[in-house]
Amino acid sequence: MKRSDLVIIGAGPAGMAAATTAAEHGLSVTLLDEQSRPGGQIYRDVDRAVEKRGGILGPDFGHGRTLTRALRESAVEHVTGAVVWSIEDGFRISYTKGGRAAQVAADRILLATGALERPMPVPGWTLPGVMTAGAAQILLKQSGVIARRAVLVGSGPLLYLIAAQMVRAGTPPLALVETQSRADLRRAARHAGGALRGWPYLAKGLKLMAEIARARVPRFTGATDIAIEGAGRAETVSFRSGGKSRRLVCDTVLLHHGVVPNTQAARSIGVAHRWNATQAAFSPVVDRWGITGVEGVYIAGDGAGIGGAEVAEVAGRLASLQIAAEAGRLSEAERDRLAAPLFRKKARDMAIRPFLDAAFPPATEALLPEDKTIICRCEEVTAGDIRRYAQMGSLGPNQTKAFGRPGMGPCQGRYCGLTVTAILSEANGQTPDETGYFRIRPPLKPVTLGELAAMETPQQDAAE
Amino acid sequence: MKTDSAFLELEDSPRVAVWFDGAELELPEGANLAAALLAAGVGVFRHTPVSSEPRGPFCMMGACFDCLVEIDGIVRQACMTEVVEGLRVSRPHGTGGEHEAE
Repeated sequence: MKRSDLVIIGAGPAGMAAATTAAEHGLSVTLLDEQSRPGGQIYRDVDRAVEKRGGILGPDFGHGRTLTRALRESAVEHVTGAVVWSIEDGFRISYTKGGRAAQVAADRILLATGALERPMPVPGWTLPGVMTAGAAQILLKQSGVIARRAVLVGSGPLLYLIAAQMVRAGTPPLALVETQSRADLRRAARHAGGALRGWPYLAKGLKLMAEIARARVPRFTGATDIAIEGAGRAETVSFRSGGKSRRLVCDTVLLHHGVVPNTQAARSIGVAHRWNATQAAFSPVVDRWGITGVEGVYIAGDGAGIGGAEVAEVAGRLASLQIAAEAGRLSEAERDRLAAPLFRKKARDMAIRPFLDAAFPPATEALLPEDKTIICRCEEVTAGDIRRYAQMGSLGPNQTKAFGRPGMGPCQGRYCGLTVTAILSEANGQTPDETGYFRIRPPLKPVTLGELAAMETPQQDAAE
Repeated sequence: MKTDSAFLELEDSPRVAVWFDGAELELPEGANLAAALLAAGVGVFRHTPVSSEPRGPFCMMGACFDCLVEIDGIVRQACMTEVVEGLRVSRPHGTGGEHEAE
């Protein structure tokens, strides 16, 4: 089995920056990523996408090319199309690539698995034609495919970004249905100091909103009672806004109310997680270098708590400086000298977050959906089912699996875990930390017997 | 290219023949299969095992497993698959509500 000083999982901004930094300091690095080209989701397929449609996607997206270029020019072994399904002590990482299972050993592991869209269970969200706003972005970046008649629903800066990109592509969305209210904005005003420190972000946001306004895209705010309906696919979105009931006809509904850390890999190897009330999500417990409570395991980027692409890039470099120091490739004094400007940049880039978190909170009705709404897409378990399990004495998410299989389908709770925790916490009068989260076990992604049978055996390794 | 698709392709690129549920489609070579099928007017990729409800791509990043299709007898995520010439794609078998009622 191949052995590396460091295995990094995820080739987004954190993973790419960490990999090149670690390699610069002499570590052997294997970078595993599911996609066929580097970039992660935020810089998905950036090298090809910028050539074809950089004008639509904007300069912030183009920045990703500096990371992919550095990665190409480094000594990092980047394994594309690698789906990691198990991390074992020692460390031994198992993954599937091209229909075959394979393994790589490492002294240290950096998890850079990024974020997932916060689940937004509203009535009808399982209908074909309903996607996440992130999915729309991925379609545009990687494939140049754009929804003709879309309504964007939810809250947060990503909604304005995708709306502005759709405007630039000549296919503006039909409407923005926004769940945040004026009261949220008033609460956010308390964080005006941080917002002003993060003024470049604020300026970008206002520019996006101006683009949307110029294209005369209708915006409805303070939206509640959101429901998507249609015969076999999404056809309408209904909601209440400004004291009126409305119904918009469309082909595509794009949901978004923030992103949350993707904690699957970290949880599978016993990294402790805590509820972050500001971000309304669980985050792994890490220090400022990305060190976790599990020796040899580090986390950088949105997977360690949402900060965005620029923070992720910096966090990846910081983690690798620490790893290089631990591996004896860098003195602590040198590490600190290189880290100082990075910590300053990270603090500057994080200054806007409290304002954003307050101005664009998650939609309450999608955190605690009405009984009839499906919350586990895979096993089609409803919010009412979870409340029933709570009445039957289910205190934690793992117990609910025995009642109705939530979180046991192929997505393994990625799009229902937070909802199950929220509903149980409310029903049982517990905090999210007391309620806990699904226990995550390997395989992290489904692996077939055929893929396992095609795995290189240790004997073959010895003969190499 | 079908014009009744809910999705628009911004650029045209060389196409190859791909089969979806017995119908021949011309999809961009090397494209993301889920994106290419959506652009070709395919909205329903599968029906759920529990209630036979229709589903299509939701996350486009390999996390939600709603875009599952069957290729050469193996159920795979369309959003994690590239279009190659002659690909035979179908809606997954054995996921059409064969679960017994409770």
